[in-house]
Amino acid sequence: MRMKRVAALAAAATLALGLAACGDNGSDEGTGSGGESKSFAAGSTMERLNKAQAIKIGTKFDQPGFGLKGLSGKPEGFDVEVAKIIVKELGIPEDKIEWVETPSKVREDVIVNGTVDLVAATYTINDTRKERIAFAGPYYEAGQNILVKKDDTTITGPDSFKDGTKKVCSVTGSTPAEEIKKHVKDVATQLVLFDTYDKCRDALKGGQVDAVTTDNVILLGYIAKDEASFKLAGENFTKEPYGIGVKKEDTDFRNFVNDTLEKAYSDGSWKKAWDDTAGKFGAELGNPPAVNRY
Amino acid sequence: MSVLIDKFDVFAGGFWLTLQICVLAAIGALILGAIVAVLRISPVPPLRAVGTAYVNIFRNMPLTVVMFFAAFGLPALGSNADFLRIPGMDAVFTRLGTDLPYFRFALIALVLYTAAFVCEALRSGVNAVPAGQAEAARSLGLTFGQNLRYVVLPQSWKASIVPLGSVIIAMIKNSALVGFFGVVGDLSQTADQLTSAEGYAFIPVAIGISIGYLIMTVPLGALLDRIEKRQAVAR
Repeated sequence: MRMKRVAALAAAATLALGLAACGDNGSDEGTGSGGESKSFAAGSTMERLNKAQAIKIGTKFDQPGFGLKGLSGKPEGFDVEVAKIIVKELGIPEDKIEWVETPSKVREDVIVNGTVDLVAATYTINDTRKERIAFAGPYYEAGQNILVKKDDTTITGPDSFKDGTKKVCSVTGSTPAEEIKKHVKDVATQLVLFDTYDKCRDALKGGQVDAVTTDNVILLGYIAKDEASFKLAGENFTKEPYGIGVKKEDTDFRNFVNDTLEKAYSDGSWKKAWDDTAGKFGAELGNPPAVNRY
Repeated sequence: MSVLIDKFDVFAGGFWLTLQICVLAAIGALILGAIVAVLRISPVPPLRAVGTAYVNIFRNMPLTVVMFFAAFGLPALGSNADFLRIPGMDAVFTRLGTDLPYFRFALIALVLYTAAFVCEALRSGVNAVPAGQAEAARSLGLTFGQNLRYVVLPQSWKASIVPLGSVIIAMIKNSALVGFFGVVGDLSQTADQLTSAEGYAFIPVAIGISIGYLIMTVPLGALLDRIEKRQAVAR
């Protein structure tokens, strides 16, 4: 008797799924007509993605303001919104995006291996990375800054670490961690690296370190959550241009993304994407950074 | 694979730091483990209970959790593990004496965790000594301490050396976790550094650090094999 009921349930579920799938197909035709109006050069990545009506995008799932997967189950943030602008330009509906979590250390690998079609994940453009992949953009220019306790007046900038007494925390393998190594006297006694910034914040609260350093937008996220405890020490001391990672040899696709970004600058969708996400933390957006077509 | 040659100094530095933490943790775990083993086989029931409780807690808890407690729990209790700044020792093992406590925290976690397994390896050795030996010693009027020192432990050593070696090998591999709890520059954190900050492909780097661990574990394993063979002859 029990078995029968389970079987019936399963059958009903399959039926419902089938119906749902039908519904999806129906709506596809509707949005698909918008997609078909776009035509891309034969054999290009754009044409392939448009034909497939599906795209895989790598982003961070743990970066407030840029790519944070919350209770909704979908990542939210500035990177995500910028990626959506590109997907829209490809003529693919938003719900056909498959989001793939790409923490810092796998970003090159997923592009090279073709696991994802593009990566938008607070991805700083630099020359080492350009050896394996290519960058479109930048679409935002962040800068490294230092987070200290509110009552701390001894740290005023990166040079405060030169005398070898102040300890600083960052995330392992990140660009800011490399940058701050140039400013500390002795890495072994002054630098702590964790896998997430949350641990750094706890270490700062607990007094094991005197400062946390990374891109200003990330630090502003922590200040937004706890204004009574933290503040920034001084001005940004680096420029971190965030780009969109694509396959190294795919220059057509890179040009397409660059065109799309420029279009988004002029039609206001870029600014809106910012205001809806990271802009809420009070970070300055500034003027659109000029895309770099190298 | 050029990363192995280009970045040899980075790998070598990582190897050196991992070796340091392993040597220190092995010493600590052997001492603490021996103490707990004595507790577990002691004739006094409350001491036995303490030893058993220790083993039950630390053998059954994931090492990551122990690391979390050490790295984030101790600071919350207001300790920076300064008692490990042992004068003299910190001249050789420079990380012991730094203001940054994470090397000490990781060491504490590794020692606490491994000591439980060391204790059990020692105890299995003690259990392998025929009961008549201890009874004979007791009937001769030896105290518990003398009994252990002169009769039981010298014989149990033979039976426990091989499992003890396996425990230490496991500990060396477990030490890969310390790089994720604030220790900068050990072998595993080196891999992270090379792949994500400097953009090297993961596989060659992973091969490089694997070689680092193998340099530590394979000779230890070979040594154990030799000891085992020699024991077979002695019996």
